[in-house]
Parts: sequence; structure tokens; C-alpha cells
Amino acid sequence: MGYLDRQLSGPTDPIADAAWEEPRKRKGFFTDTSICIGCKACEVACKEWNAIPQDGNLDLLGSSYDNTGALGASTWRHVAFIEQTSDRIEQARESGRRLVDLGMPVMPPSQPMSPPHTAGIGPSPAAPGIDSSGGPVDLVGGMESAVAQATMAAATGTVPDFRWLMSSDVCKHCTHAGCLDVCPTGALFRTEFGTVVVQPDVCNGCGYCVAACPFGVIERRPTDNTVTNHGNAQKCTLCYDRLRDDQTPACAKACPTTSIKFGDLDEMVATAQERVSTLRDNGFTEARLYGANAEDGVGGTGSVFLLLDEPEVYGLPPDPRVPTAALPDMFRKAGMAGLAMLAMAAASFLGRRR
Amino acid sequence: MTTNPLDADRPPELPRSGRRRGNGGGKRRDESLMVPDAKFESYYGRSVVKAPPWTEEIPTYLFLGGLAAGSGLIGAGGSARNLPALRRRGRFAALAAVALGGGALAKDLGRPERALNMMRTIKLTSPMSVGSWILAAFGTFASVAAAAEIGRQLPHQDGLLAKTLRVVDPPAAIGSALFSAPLAAYTAVLLSDTAAPTWHESYRELPFVFVGSANAAAAGLALIMSPADQNGPVRKMAVSGAALELGAGQLLRRNMHPLLAEPLHQGKAGRLLRAAEILTGGGAIGAMLFGRNRIGAGLSGVALLAGSALTRFGIFEAGMESAKDPKYTVQPQRERLERRRADGVTNDSITTIR
Repeated sequence: MGYLDRQLSGPTDPIADAAWEEPRKRKGFFTDTSICIGCKACEVACKEWNAIPQDGNLDLLGSSYDNTGALGASTWRHVAFIEQTSDRIEQARESGRRLVDLGMPVMPPSQPMSPPHTAGIGPSPAAPGIDSSGGPVDLVGGMESAVAQATMAAATGTVPDFRWLMSSDVCKHCTHAGCLDVCPTGALFRTEFGTVVVQPDVCNGCGYCVAACPFGVIERRPTDNTVTNHGNAQKCTLCYDRLRDDQTPACAKACPTTSIKFGDLDEMVATAQERVSTLRDNGFTEARLYGANAEDGVGGTGSVFLLLDEPEVYGLPPDPRVPTAALPDMFRKAGMAGLAMLAMAAASFLGRRR
Repeated sequence: MTTNPLDADRPPELPRSGRRRGNGGGKRRDESLMVPDAKFESYYGRSVVKAPPWTEEIPTYLFLGGLAAGSGLIGAGGSARNLPALRRRGRFAALAAVALGGGALAKDLGRPERALNMMRTIKLTSPMSVGSWILAAFGTFASVAAAAEIGRQLPHQDGLLAKTLRVVDPPAAIGSALFSAPLAAYTAVLLSDTAAPTWHESYRELPFVFVGSANAAAAGLALIMSPADQNGPVRKMAVSGAALELGAGQLLRRNMHPLLAEPLHQGKAGRLLRAAEILTGGGAIGAMLFGRNRIGAGLSGVALLAGSALTRFGIFEAGMESAKDPKYTVQPQRERLERRRADGVTNDSITTIR
């Protein structure tokens, strides 16, 4: 494909397309939600490092343990909490199983089986404290008995009575970023790391990027003279300042369970693929990846997630497409409409002059 | 996780399909006439995409920009066919509308003092960038045309100023005519190149609605202002513009996914658009039947202007609503994903298992 053909959709190397003279390797996150414990250290570290002001009125939202609500101008990491009972877990496992039935390629079976201690799936089915019959278990037995129970449960196909899903959401740093495409001032730009960053001193707060993001990530900070960058579009920068000093982004650095991993994007995708295979091989068919496919509607994302249910359960779009992919067709239709407008006006003024 | 025996007394869970909250207030309507309640997942009913932070300035601009574009055509048509009444009124209306519209755009910015940052780059992937340049070009030609119009009234017609203005008059007329069509049509692309589902999915028809609306509004204003014996061309323009606006609007509703057309029929947007149809249709019929009468022309003109304004506000409102409710994002995406899977296309899903 030619240069122009891959600018709006499809797989491409955004760093090369942005014509960086000294390109770096594309960086990204792999957020493994199966080992997230919902501690929100990422939210706090992000806020501290980036000096992000308070978001909202610190209300209790009644959304389980999530009182942040959503990503926004002053929330660049957001930990989602979802409570599920066994029927929902079974449903998630079934929807994951369907992904195989649909003929989606799986990792070859020759893959070395992981040792059992890596098969644990965080606080969910493998969590100590609840066994498959719902009764309390001996916590003193520790890790080994919990792992044994989980492996047994997975092998026999039983699901726990209850689980929490926790997932730290973040900007996807799309290959084809809607926000970046529509920014009229050039305030949003593609960095040498392949990430998408707002220049707050250039942004004039038109708000177009907010509408163009298929994931609802970027937002305009309300006008308020007491906070920094008010009236500007704001979102995760993947800690651009830290990256330029070869540092890990604040959220990944702070994550105590390594649920948030940071590194070269190709390595992140490989890690994610290995992890999802491990989980599925151990019977956790609800595990699936989100954003690891360069053929998807945004050309692949710079933030890969391992999810344990359908994306919309976490508030993620199930089939996002960058709006700009249809832009050539939109301009064609608008051109035809414009010609129609001229023709109709001309026809009105031709002929009798009364 | 706790092992408290009281955990057994968890309150029964609400079914998680559909929205958890809402559906409380509002009038009951015959449900057989409505789109069946969509079954979809969401994260506590929160929106997936974000509505832009735009307020009433934006639909006001959509209306004024269209009015300016149509008026520019009337001014140019009046110039070409030597109809001084239409030429003069068209030119002044175009300048006034484009100036007010530009002001509305600047006011809506988060950082209005940086409005000129729109001019620091030209980005073809950004309809707002392209539109800013169209607006600037049209504004320049409209200003020169208005100046030339004043030049015709100068007492010393052989002075340098009057001569210069006579020379630039024809190019200004041609320029404002050429840029009027893009000015009226680009705003449709602006709305469609977003993730707001109802705006995005209307991209095929919306430019035709907007250019029709632009011609109808400008013809309406000219009907109000012009003497009845010189309004022949604008009567025709009113009828054809209104017909295009209404016809394309019907097509838009019919071609769209029924769920995504719902915001066009419901609530505030539905009321605005129904009123717009009545006013635009009534104005066109009035202009056709009573346009030769000064009062009839004036009343028809008022109806056409109001109809065009309500169309813009209604389309704006519908798109904002479609972004706020997750069902409009999740359900159509889920359907198209399932459709592709049923057709055996599995390579372009954002959800993968490897």
C-alpha cells in the first residue's frame, strides 16, 4: 500500500509516517487485568507525576469501589470495578470459548506449559477465600492450596460464586488516532515513541478531539483559572517527559502487581499473547486480548489489555473504528452536495428575472 | 477478600442486561412503535464515547455559516444578473452572518484568546482545519464584496477608492460564490467525522440537508428584506433549498440504523426537528404561493429562517444524545461485529485470543 492509503486506516508504522528523523521504538502498555487488584496506585501516581488537578467533587458514585467513574481531562488512568456472580462468569467464559469456535487463530499447542504458579488469575477464580462451593477456606494454607483449588476448579469447569473484575484503563495511543487526525491546530502530535500527546500551549480548546475519540478518552478541562491547562484538551501522554529520559511511565512504575507493564510495543504484544495462551490453556477461556490486532478499526493500539469479559463490560467499545477512516467518502459526499447547492442557486437566478 | 458469613446475605443482583438506571420518568408511549429495548452491556450505564464540550454556539454557527453561504450566492447571483436589490442585501447579509458565526465559534473555544491558532497549520484530515480556511477565505471575499457595495454609494465615483472597489467587485462576487458551497457543506463533514454515532452514520445525507438548509435560510432572509417585485430568484431558491433539506432529511432517517435514528425522533431533538420540518415546508409553500405579496414573502422568510435554525439545533442535539447513551455506541458495534463474524471475517476484530 502506498503512503497515502495507510494514513487513515490499516496497519502502519505511525512513527515513520510522522517522518521522525530520529525515530525510537514504539512504546506501549500491556495492562493485564487478570492480576489487577484495584489498588489505584496507578491513578494516584499518574496524578502526582503529571500534576493533574482534582476531578469532580470526590462523590461516591455507587459503582462498586469505583468512585472515579471514567477517563477524562483530569483522570488519565481509571480503575474499573465490576462485581459478577457465577452466571455472569460462566457467560464470560462461554463468550471467550466462542472466540475459538469462530476460527480465530490460537497459539500452537507446542507452546511450553507454564508452571502452575503463573496460571493464577489474580483475585478472581484463583482467589483465596472462596472455594467453588462458596464456603470459606483456610487462609493459612496460603498460595499453594489456593492455586491447587483454582487449577482443580478450572479443570472441572466449575466457576466461583463471585468475582471482581478490575481493570486500569488508559489512553489507547491508537495507530490511527481520531483525536490527532481531527485536531485543527496541530496541538496533538505523534511523538518519536509512536504515542499521541497534546501540546497544552498550542491547544485552543476547540473540543473536536473529544468527539473524535472512539474510546471516549480525551476531554477538555473545564475553564477554571485556578488549575493548570484549563480549557485545554488533556489526556495520558504515556509520560512523554519520563520516556525521553528512558524512564518508565509513573503508572507502570507504581503498579504493585505488574498488572501494568511498559516497554517496546512489539514486546508488550508478545507478552500479552503469551499470557492469554497461558490462561486459556489453563481453562480460563474468558481471557482475551483487546487492542493487539493491527487489522482492527484503529490500526492497533499502543495500549494492549488482557480482559476477562467482553469489552463493553469494562466500558470499552466492542468494535471501535476511527471516524476519519471514512473521511474521503465524507468529503466526496460534501463535494456533491456543494455542487448541488451551486446548481440550485444558478438555476434560481437563470431564466425569468421576476 | 473477606470470609464474613454475612456475605451470604448479599442483596439479589439486578439483571445486568440493559441499563441499570433510568427509565424511571418520562411519558409512556406505545411501545410497539418504538425500537425494541436494546440488550447490551455497559459499565454502570456510562457513556463509551464522549460528547464534545460544545454548547449552543456551535449549532448557532452551523445556522449562521449556512446563512452566510446562501447569502453569498444570492449576492453573486444578483451581481451576475444585475439585480441590485438582491446583490446588495445578499452581500451585507453574507458579511454579517459570517462575522457573527465566526464570533460564535471563537466564543465556544476553551481558550478563545488562541482562536487564531486555527491558522497555524493546514490539515486535510481535520474538517475543522479545512473549514477554518474555507471560513477565512469566504470571509475575505464577503468583506471585499461588501466594501465594493459601499463603493457604489461613494459620492466621488471617479476617485481612486471607488475605482479600486469597482475593479475588485467581480472577483469578490466570484470568490464568495465559489467558497459558499464548501462553507455550507463542510459543517456536515465536521459533525460526521466524530465518534458520536448518529452524526457519524448520517455522513452520506447530512451535507445535502445542510446545503439545502443554507439555501432555504438565505432565501428566507432575502424574502424578508427584498421588495416583492425583485424576489423571483430567491423564491425559487427557497423552494428548491427547502425541498432538498426535507428530502435529504427523510433519506437520512430511512437509511440509518433504526437505533441510531432514534435520537432524531425522541426528546428535545425530535421536537426541534419536527418543528423544523413544519416551518421549512410551510415556508417553502408560502414562498411559492404568496411570495409575490410583501407580507406573504416576509412571513415565509421568517418560517424558512426558523426552520433552518431548528434543523441545525435538532441535528446537533441528536448527535450529542447519541454520544451520551452507551447503547447507541455498543449495540450497533456489537451487531456489525457479529455480522462480520457470521460472514467468517475474524481478522479485523479488536478482541483476539492470540
